[in-house]
Amino acid sequence: MITIGYFPGCSLLGTAREYDESLRAIAPKIGIELVEIPDWNCCGATAAHSLNHTLATALPARILALAEKENLEEILVPCAACYNRLVMAQHELMSNEPLCKKVSDIIELDVKGTARPINILEALMKTSSNGLAQNISKPFNYTVACYYGCLLVRPPKVLQFDRAEDPQIMDEVMKKIGAVPIDWAYKTECCGAGFSVSKTDIVSKLSGKIIKDAVTRGAETIIVACPMCHSNLDMRRKDINQYNDSRYIIPVMYITQAIGLALGIDKKKLGLHRHIIPVTLPVKEKTTGKTQPALAVSERSASGGKTEVE
Amino acid sequence: MSRIGVFICHCGENIAGTVDCAKVAEVVSHLSGVAHSVDYKYMCSDPGQNLIKEAIKEKNLSGVIVAACSPRMHEPTFRRACAEAGLNPFLCEMANIREHCSWVHEKSDGTTQKAIDLIRMLVSKVRKNKPLYPIKVPVQRTALVIGGGIGGIQASLDIANAGHKVILVERDPSIGGHMSQLSETFPTLDCSQCILTPRMVEVAQHPNITLYTYSEVESVSGFIGNFKVKIRKKARCVDEKLCNGCGVCIQKCTVKKIPSEFDEGLGLRPAIYVPFPQAVPNKPVIDKKNCTYFIRGKCAACEKLCPTKAIRFDQQDEIIEADVGGIVLATGFTILNTDFFPEYGYGKYKDIITGLQYERLASASGPTLGVIKRPSDGKIPETVVFIACAGSRDSAKGIEYCSKICCMYTAKHAMLYKHKFHEGKAYVFYMDIRAGGKMYEEFVRRAIEEDHVKYIRGRVSKIYEEDGKLIVKGADTLLNHQPIEIKADMVVLATASIANQGAEELAQKLHVSYDSYHFFAEAHPKLRPVETNTAGIFLAGACQAPKDIPDTVAQASGAGSKIAALFSATEMTREPVIAVVHRTAPPIFSTCVGCFLCQSACPFQAIEREEIKARDGKVLKVVAKVNDGLCQGCGTCVALCRSKSIDLQGFTHEQMYAQIMAS
Amino acid sequence: MSYSLHHSTESNSLLYKVFENTGETVYKCYQCGKCSAGCPLSGDMDYAPSSVLRMIQLEIPELDSKVLSSYSIWLCLTCETCVTRCPQEVDLPKIIDYLRSESIEHKKVNPAAKDIIAFHKTFLDSIRTTGRLYEVGLIAGYKFRTFHLLQDVSVAPKMFLLGKLNPLPHIIKNRSAIEKIFRKSNRAHAGKEAEQ
Repeated sequence: MITIGYFPGCSLLGTAREYDESLRAIAPKIGIELVEIPDWNCCGATAAHSLNHTLATALPARILALAEKENLEEILVPCAACYNRLVMAQHELMSNEPLCKKVSDIIELDVKGTARPINILEALMKTSSNGLAQNISKPFNYTVACYYGCLLVRPPKVLQFDRAEDPQIMDEVMKKIGAVPIDWAYKTECCGAGFSVSKTDIVSKLSGKIIKDAVTRGAETIIVACPMCHSNLDMRRKDINQYNDSRYIIPVMYITQAIGLALGIDKKKLGLHRHIIPVTLPVKEKTTGKTQPALAVSERSASGGKTEVE
Repeated sequence: MSRIGVFICHCGENIAGTVDCAKVAEVVSHLSGVAHSVDYKYMCSDPGQNLIKEAIKEKNLSGVIVAACSPRMHEPTFRRACAEAGLNPFLCEMANIREHCSWVHEKSDGTTQKAIDLIRMLVSKVRKNKPLYPIKVPVQRTALVIGGGIGGIQASLDIANAGHKVILVERDPSIGGHMSQLSETFPTLDCSQCILTPRMVEVAQHPNITLYTYSEVESVSGFIGNFKVKIRKKARCVDEKLCNGCGVCIQKCTVKKIPSEFDEGLGLRPAIYVPFPQAVPNKPVIDKKNCTYFIRGKCAACEKLCPTKAIRFDQQDEIIEADVGGIVLATGFTILNTDFFPEYGYGKYKDIITGLQYERLASASGPTLGVIKRPSDGKIPETVVFIACAGSRDSAKGIEYCSKICCMYTAKHAMLYKHKFHEGKAYVFYMDIRAGGKMYEEFVRRAIEEDHVKYIRGRVSKIYEEDGKLIVKGADTLLNHQPIEIKADMVVLATASIANQGAEELAQKLHVSYDSYHFFAEAHPKLRPVETNTAGIFLAGACQAPKDIPDTVAQASGAGSKIAALFSATEMTREPVIAVVHRTAPPIFSTCVGCFLCQSACPFQAIEREEIKARDGKVLKVVAKVNDGLCQGCGTCVALCRSKSIDLQGFTHEQMYAQIMAS
Repeated sequence: MSYSLHHSTESNSLLYKVFENTGETVYKCYQCGKCSAGCPLSGDMDYAPSSVLRMIQLEIPELDSKVLSSYSIWLCLTCETCVTRCPQEVDLPKIIDYLRSESIEHKKVNPAAKDIIAFHKTFLDSIRTTGRLYEVGLIAGYKFRTFHLLQDVSVAPKMFLLGKLNPLPHIIKNRSAIEKIFRKSNRAHAGKEAEQ
């Protein structure tokens, strides 16, 4: 069992609740003990860095300082946006002494840079070598489009995580649980980020392109590791289909949910019922292992050959 | 008894404007050891020099000091004047009272006094000067040219035609280099091999040139005029004397599908092969890594079928030793591959190719016989996108420089595509157009105006594949910076020119400087582009910096002329301002204890070991010895020696301390 | 290479301020357009990213003004694609964030960006109050600011039923610490702006 600090972030308490649920469900099975940072605050997300650079550094600084106080060497940050903010803020503080001093004064805490934020994929890579493959009871034999989004891999000089173009780590983890990841063109293209509410059309346009590419290349589900991406691709599906005059019903799952299914965990525990787009994965034909892509079928009808995922 | 003549120059107003030259001459005349002291307006002029010559004869001077400008300006002038008057030139020195005095101070008594002080110090030194004589070093009049591309070929021909012997070493099985891979050359669109092969044949047939192909330089030692080189002639497994180039072995080889290096991976070759039909020498070589006989001991079809029994599986590498007097480095360059570009797919898309691969497609003797075809499915592309500056001018990718040749060859590539396939669409994404050579600008305009190649100013952000097409996402910065997306059938990247593989190791073997990109360093970027800082080693071509063919040929001829100058006599003279190790009578022989600190410090590898032996051959002492052909007189060894056993002629400890103590 | 701006003639130009506040030298940009080519939204912007940098490079007050009042700086998604691919390693997202502050400070915000800023401001108000985002409060506050009263009316009930919208906010214990951070940060931010 390895102990890692845990920073859920605001969305995992609300709109991305199933991400938190599925993560906590699989954690003991993959050898992670999560220690939540006490009384953590919001990292500031896009709003802070757009309006006030000092605030945008101070809010993450408090989180890092609190983690350091608990002697945590690593902090698992499942939300890609929070992860990006924490790493960027830490990098700035550690390379700019006057700024670090100023921010320490503001938050009334010291930041030494000893608590390293890691993202969900890093955590999974660490623990998957502890025998994830051995514990698979229900191989996830589906064709998947691994969607990394922007903030897990960019900017590469600061994050230094995986290849910035055509990253592979999520694909590797999914292969370990039996999935077949596709090679596609929108792995790291932006979904529309924080414009879900204020400029929904932009999300519809950008997320629509992502879904179209995944579906056209034969993916049966999209795997994500970011609540914002999930929200844009899933919750906003009606707007996407309306804007693009399309009828995509491909489900979007968190990687922790896919892993949970492969480990044989009950789907309610993984929060799979909380998605806007029902997570219906096709039954595999024994001979070819192929099925039709999840396209052009009405959202509500349950035609033959498709069953709820077990 | 010292009889030094001091000549103070006014240098017009340059010195006289701030220093009272007449006073200086007067004060100096009273110094001990000074027999003659005058001032004059322009010492470097003819009358000025005559003053020196006459004074030497009349007053029997034992030394001359000219107090004037910097010795870097006129020391040779005054030394020559002294030599003409019969005084050893190394008894003549200059006191710099211009750059070191009059030019950096205001007019004052202090300035005049400083000039006097400088001269006084130098008088104390010159009193201890001894005559020195130039060193003669023999010159071996054979040149080594490393690299058999157009640069090496040109240099070899120039040196050979000047009447000297040349050894040309090329590591590939044939000479020709990248020029032999090109289809047509800009700006004339001459067929590249047609203009190159006559030169290649000339090299092979020239009586003064010894050609070693499939060979590499193993080691180099020695110094200018006297290099000792070892060349490793790798085993071709074919006896070149017996082979008549009939080609039966190549036809009958059972391993046929090896990606051809000459075709940049787009064509195939067998395990026994000649890189291209016009290869010089036209003798095959066996690729041991892929030959069935070497892997499993089976086959040997070539051996069985060779009509002259020329196949020799047991042939070994041969080490050839040679003495050469000068070396020309003409090792050329290579280019980045498509896997260098993450945003263009890490090299996974077959239809994104490099400029050299495109040359092979366009070449009439290439894998597609000159028809531009997509490597993936062999179809003729209807839309081709050419991307300039792929990797060059890119700090983020670590290559800040411009690769110079790509603007021109991209225009050429686009033109060739349009000439071969009129209905096709050609787009070039560029940042600037660098077409500064003769007829170059006109060439690019021809591509745009006559051949209707569409030039878009902008870089491409990403390329990915969709439905068998390559989606190119670029921008047009001349049209509001708006994004432009093109669905291309093929993309040609004009990738950066980089130093050739093995450049660093070769430079270290030869002790030649190189920069952070592993291009070899010229001695001076403006005025000495063909020499290196290592005496006797010269540069030709793209190994120094990215270069097109005309400039390479010009530089190669330049290197050839430097070699010819070096070989103009059987001996060369060197300045005697070099280090010398103390020697004295037995039983001491030398105060040197043989610690060789000097040897490890010497930047020019000029310190050797010398064994002092008794008459019966027993080694009594091992001391340091300075190679007078290599020593540059930098003085590092002198500073380091703990027993003060090594000294610099012309600047001995005695001389320097005298000068300092007189201040 | 290290840069300094001692040759710059206009010390109150946007270029100079960008350098002072972000450390980024806009001169590095040689207008290759790779950022504009890869930006997901450059087609929707009034000035594409490389165009914005060009306008700052010239140190002409009218162009500086156009940059601050552009829609581009608010549309930027901070997806970091531009800086990842920029051959000159110009940190464009960092510059854009600074231009946003400047735009607000000088009251030059493009009218089309009204909703975006309303969202950001509501978001920060929510965190300031409870320490963590209260999503329902965010939506309500946004509607209050923008009068887009019927937006997302269809989605919200489903989200409630799926348990993804908390009716009540999560309030952290040390709320005063957050309030202090906001107060001090705002003061520091305003002070920095006032220096120029």
